[in-house]
Amino acid sequence: MRPAPLALLAGLLLGVASPAPAQEEKLAHQDWSFSGVFGTFDRAAAQRGLQVYREVCSNCHSLNLAYYRNLAGIGLNDEQIKAIAAGVQVPTLDDTGQPTERPGLPQDRFKAPFANEKAARAALNGALPPDLSDIVKARADGPDYVYALLTGYGDPPAGMKLGEGMYYNKAFPGHQIAMPPPLQDGQVSYADGTKATIEQEAHDVVTFLTYIANPEMEQRKRIGVKMVLFLLVLTGLTYAVKRKVWADVH
Amino acid sequence: MAGLHKSEIENPVLAWIDTRLPVITLLQKEYGVFPTPKNFNYWWNFGAIAMVILGIMIATGIFLAMNYTPQKDMAFDSVERIMRDVNFGWLLRYAHANGASFFFIAVYIHMFRGLYYGSYKTPRELLWMIGVVLLLLMMATAFMGYVLPWGQMSYWGATVITNLFSAIPLVGESVVTWLWGGFSVDNPTLNRFFALHYLLPFVILAVVFLHVAALHVTGSNNPLGIDVKSPQDTLPFHPYYTVKDSIGLCVFFLLYVIVICFFPNMFGDPDNYIPANPLATPAEIVPEWYFLPFYAILRSIPNKLGGVVMMFGAIAVLFVLPWLDTSKVRSARFRPIYRLVFWLLPVSCVLLGMVGAHRPEEPWLTIGRLATLYYFAHFLVILPMLGRFERPLPLPESISQPVLRGGGPLPSHATAQTMEKP
Repeated sequence: MRPAPLALLAGLLLGVASPAPAQEEKLAHQDWSFSGVFGTFDRAAAQRGLQVYREVCSNCHSLNLAYYRNLAGIGLNDEQIKAIAAGVQVPTLDDTGQPTERPGLPQDRFKAPFANEKAARAALNGALPPDLSDIVKARADGPDYVYALLTGYGDPPAGMKLGEGMYYNKAFPGHQIAMPPPLQDGQVSYADGTKATIEQEAHDVVTFLTYIANPEMEQRKRIGVKMVLFLLVLTGLTYAVKRKVWADVH
Repeated sequence: MAGLHKSEIENPVLAWIDTRLPVITLLQKEYGVFPTPKNFNYWWNFGAIAMVILGIMIATGIFLAMNYTPQKDMAFDSVERIMRDVNFGWLLRYAHANGASFFFIAVYIHMFRGLYYGSYKTPRELLWMIGVVLLLLMMATAFMGYVLPWGQMSYWGATVITNLFSAIPLVGESVVTWLWGGFSVDNPTLNRFFALHYLLPFVILAVVFLHVAALHVTGSNNPLGIDVKSPQDTLPFHPYYTVKDSIGLCVFFLLYVIVICFFPNMFGDPDNYIPANPLATPAEIVPEWYFLPFYAILRSIPNKLGGVVMMFGAIAVLFVLPWLDTSKVRSARFRPIYRLVFWLLPVSCVLLGMVGAHRPEEPWLTIGRLATLYYFAHFLVILPMLGRFERPLPLPESISQPVLRGGGPLPSHATAQTMEKP
């Protein structure tokens, strides 16, 4: 018997990658700048996505794991980051120990729209908007799913009764979602002249959220390419050494 | 000199140490000149690979522990802080999380190699049993490690698995309360799982030491499954197998690095990026892939206690395998029926794995039950029977014989190179 260890390993890897529970319907696959081995974040799209997050999503959704300083990763300079951070007031104590507020700094976390879960539910008809810091990693096929959700609103099929204050969304599990359609054509006006269609806005904010969920991605892939090249050379060298060492056996 | 070890080491400093504590002699004996069958194929790489991965898991784990907070309100955020703010923390964490998967890949292949070539048979029964203990320890460690990020799947996985013990008659509920340190999976559970997750790898390390010590008493099995007859059948472990193992390691690392750097979440469940919430049960509670076959066996039995017993039974049959297999011939190469029947076992395990990933509905339920039945029949019926009526092929006289054909003098290079490589 001479089975090929590599083929079996590859089979194992593929085998375990596939048995995820089946999805209701296949998500349409979008073209993302960050997919693939050499994929990087489209800086312009991520910055437009930041604008969508700040003007639309951030009214309800927190981004608790992200700091303003993280925005350097999508190409904002120090001055821009300081300006964005200074746009919020964060709680602090004054010199006499009394609670007060100060303008935000780059080292502050993104300010959440609600003080706590109860406040959010009270303001939003009982619904709790999830934190978006990890949303792309916390859903299967995250980027495609979030895009499909944001562009998936429409009229319910005949015969489907929606609950009160609920909206039909073809991407959401169960197709009933408490979030009103967040994006419209022209919801934001982009400074770079890009036409703000729903699709464009969704694409941009998903790019931004994917960066927020994986701020290490570009470094990770760069290191990966180097390690793979290194290991390929090392494998070759090791094989050559093995041939030499074993030459006098058999 | 009385009381001092006679060392053959030449370097004066090393010799000084070695005469007082002969560790260098020991290393030289066990890993340097250790006589190893000359005919290993690449399936023999996986023991060494598993050992190296254990080292990586311990190394990355220690640095992760320096930055992790085992407290239920902080655990999730501390893992995210490792991912986002600790220098190369993402590398530590992805290497550790995926390292668990690659550890199981290496160990499962290592086990199937042992099954195919009969490495569990006399005189290596205890060696094999220590290996099964290692598998159990690994499973416990992996399970508790998966709980630590305190995501949804951590929390609910821990709830489901610990609840299995409630199937024990009479004392089940009390045992579960005792395991939890409370009346649900909560902060005390997280604390103790962290403590045990830090402890068990060192227990594994100690048992690996016993595994290797036992191996070095009996010597290694080999693809022909016959005993070493003369020094001609062996090679010193170094450099022959250090270099051969290195090739397997390089290729294995290549796959490992590709997953860490390009598909770091492919083995993970997206739900574990949602913080644990005792009030919201996820739609599907699925264990990590390496537990899926056992999970499938558990769910195939329509009785809680029965399912739990069968699940642990799946490991217990491995423990007594050396006495279930009645064939005296080790290697499947010389067992014409077993070498075919063998493949039904990995097939049934992969099927069980797929069943474990799906809801217990048809057709998966039936497939799961048939595969469970086969798994146990393989060990409890087929292996005991097969040894009685299977007619093994004639065994070669020695490991060198199939190369030498007729046992001539040392082979010349010209003839040797046309022969089959070991």
